[in-house]
Amino acid sequence: MLTRKQLAIPYAIFLVLFVVLPLLVVVYYGFTDRNGNISFENFLGFFQNGKTVGTLVYSLAIAFLTTVFSLLLAYPVALIIAKGAYSQRTKFLMIFVLPMWINFTLRITALKEILTLIEGNLAKYQFFNTVLCMVYDFLPFMIMPIYNSLTKLDNGLIEAASDLGANKLQVFFKVILPLSIPGIVSGVTMVFLPSMTNYVVLDMIYNSTYIMGSLIGSYFSAYDWNNGSVISIVLLLIILGITLVSNKFAEPESKAHVAP
Amino acid sequence: MKKRYKKIITYILCLCLMLTNMTFLTGCGKDEEEDVIVLRVSNWEEYIDEGDWDEEETIELENGTVICSETSMVEDYETWFYETYGKKVVVEYSTFGTNEELYNQLSMGDTYDLVCPSEYMIMKMMAEDMLVPFSEEFYDPTIENNYYAKGVSPYIQSVFDNLSIEGEPISKYAAGYMWGTLGIVYNPEEVTEEEASHWNMLLMDKFDKRVTIKDSVRDAYFAGNSIYNEKLLLSEEFLASEDYYANMEVVLNATDKDTVDAVEDILSDVKKNVYSFETDSGKADMVSGKVVANQQWSGDAVYTLDQAEEEGVILCYSAPEEATNLWFDGWCMLKDGIGEDPDKQLAAEAFVNFMSMPENAIRNMWYIGYTSVISGGEDNSIFQYAEFLYSAEEDEEETVEYPTAYFYTGKFENELTPEEIETYTIVTTPDQTKRQLFAQYPPEDVVKRSVVMDYFGQEGNDRINQMWLNVRCFDLYEYID
Repeated sequence: MLTRKQLAIPYAIFLVLFVVLPLLVVVYYGFTDRNGNISFENFLGFFQNGKTVGTLVYSLAIAFLTTVFSLLLAYPVALIIAKGAYSQRTKFLMIFVLPMWINFTLRITALKEILTLIEGNLAKYQFFNTVLCMVYDFLPFMIMPIYNSLTKLDNGLIEAASDLGANKLQVFFKVILPLSIPGIVSGVTMVFLPSMTNYVVLDMIYNSTYIMGSLIGSYFSAYDWNNGSVISIVLLLIILGITLVSNKFAEPESKAHVAP
Repeated sequence: MKKRYKKIITYILCLCLMLTNMTFLTGCGKDEEEDVIVLRVSNWEEYIDEGDWDEEETIELENGTVICSETSMVEDYETWFYETYGKKVVVEYSTFGTNEELYNQLSMGDTYDLVCPSEYMIMKMMAEDMLVPFSEEFYDPTIENNYYAKGVSPYIQSVFDNLSIEGEPISKYAAGYMWGTLGIVYNPEEVTEEEASHWNMLLMDKFDKRVTIKDSVRDAYFAGNSIYNEKLLLSEEFLASEDYYANMEVVLNATDKDTVDAVEDILSDVKKNVYSFETDSGKADMVSGKVVANQQWSGDAVYTLDQAEEEGVILCYSAPEEATNLWFDGWCMLKDGIGEDPDKQLAAEAFVNFMSMPENAIRNMWYIGYTSVISGGEDNSIFQYAEFLYSAEEDEEETVEYPTAYFYTGKFENELTPEEIETYTIVTTPDQTKRQLFAQYPPEDVVKRSVVMDYFGQEGNDRINQMWLNVRCFDLYEYID
């Protein structure tokens, strides 16, 4: 029989070939100049150039608003589905989530026409439209993890809180919300980063301002592998930061809410 | 016992299958190496006749030529090559979306024998010593199958001869395919002809968020630079100067810091004014009326105008008065692919010649809407094709004469004899002088103000790429101040 270690071999090969090696290539290009000499100029240059920093800020703003609005929209939906009568739960989930699994370019093309009807000229509300489309695009990635963490939530805890005199609002803020934080955290990580780089949405909605993803593409098409790689490294660092911060939120929730 | 038996049989069967397969494959491989030439061609997407025309599409020319293509150009080439040279050729045909994409593919290790990039990329590849020159025989118009040498427009040939990099003319390394101008497609109900004939319409408040330009550094830079130099380019003194054309080339190819900075400011304003920087949505947005004007290449313009016409929308095309960009795509043979292989080079040159047969040039033009560099030489099919498309009906009340002799003779104005002018004049409707005919075969005055944009070299390229990033990135300071 295969041992556990042997079972991991296919994934290990995959990891080395498609994750570690490309990453090394990115790091190599990021810290060398055009002639292949080691250089930190690209990296420092990114933070010294007002325009690239501007792009970072712009992408962060889009990502932040997208995340906040998806969270505000997704949480009630997830709560309704998760806490609805048991027999209807899967049907409910299907109704909410299935339409969002239609290819996103198709959905955004449709949304574009609707927005044109409402706004008249899309180009006048570029930022708003971008955030709207991103929310539309990434909503399922927020609903699913929150829904999962809410279904796992023990109903006994909610009942106990009500029995002990907490009103509905208190039950929600003191019990349900804290216990669903792991779901929120994974939802946030799944929405925040893609919305910093998904430039196809911007292209489709006629927003000609670059975000981080388009910046990488633009450098690469000008054969500038070095600067393109630096942007990828910056994004990696942001992912790392977010993961570290969110892990802090995600872990100690069970201890934090034991009543004094 | 029975089970094991079965298993063994399966193994044996599998083994047999594998062995037969292998011998079959190796056998095949040997054959190919011996007498089949493999020609790897990479061309723009949707840039060649793929056949399968409806009967209604049949083109009948006055000289008796009838064209209705059922099979694709590539298949026809393979057949023709075998019939003509007695050797089998197989074309591996692939496509690319932008010049940069092609270049990146090549530097990543993809090998092709024959590619069709634009003029500046040809120059870049020449400068980097990536190309094989065409053979001397290829340029000999007395050889029967040299359709390119026999048929290329003398005007285009002179452009190719005059354009050089590091002392070598590009006509040595490239054979033209399609050419055209850069201009503005506009909706005459919303935009006047006068407005559309200046690049600065992209900046007009009147068209706030109702115009688009190409999402392409070089095309945007050309428009921006023309706006920056508008006064100079239109000044009487400049226009009257003896070296007008040479001066214009210098102005529009400038990539010094001052010019690039000024163009950056202009394009930043353009960005605020346009509906979008588009790659492919421009055509549809013109037809649906979301935008009223749209920067386009002449070939795409013909296509857009045709499409809009089918939807009942009449659009026009203009080549702005300041200047327009004369662009072309050409076939080049790559060192990495062709190497020293004479068979491959023969097949590649034959491919270009096959594309240049007047009949095939017409098939490609009809299929993609662009303008072939082939004028036909002795064969008058190409001119008759233009007449077939654009001649006014006999009962038309108002007609105008539209001379195109420069394209067929390479001569301008006074150099032309009255017969030449007459032979190559199309009698057409007045609206065609602003529409498809104008886009497909620009008149002399447009050609005189059309400039080829060179390969800018490393420094110039870096500068305009940085400029482009600055235009496209979010301007933080604008919001802080």
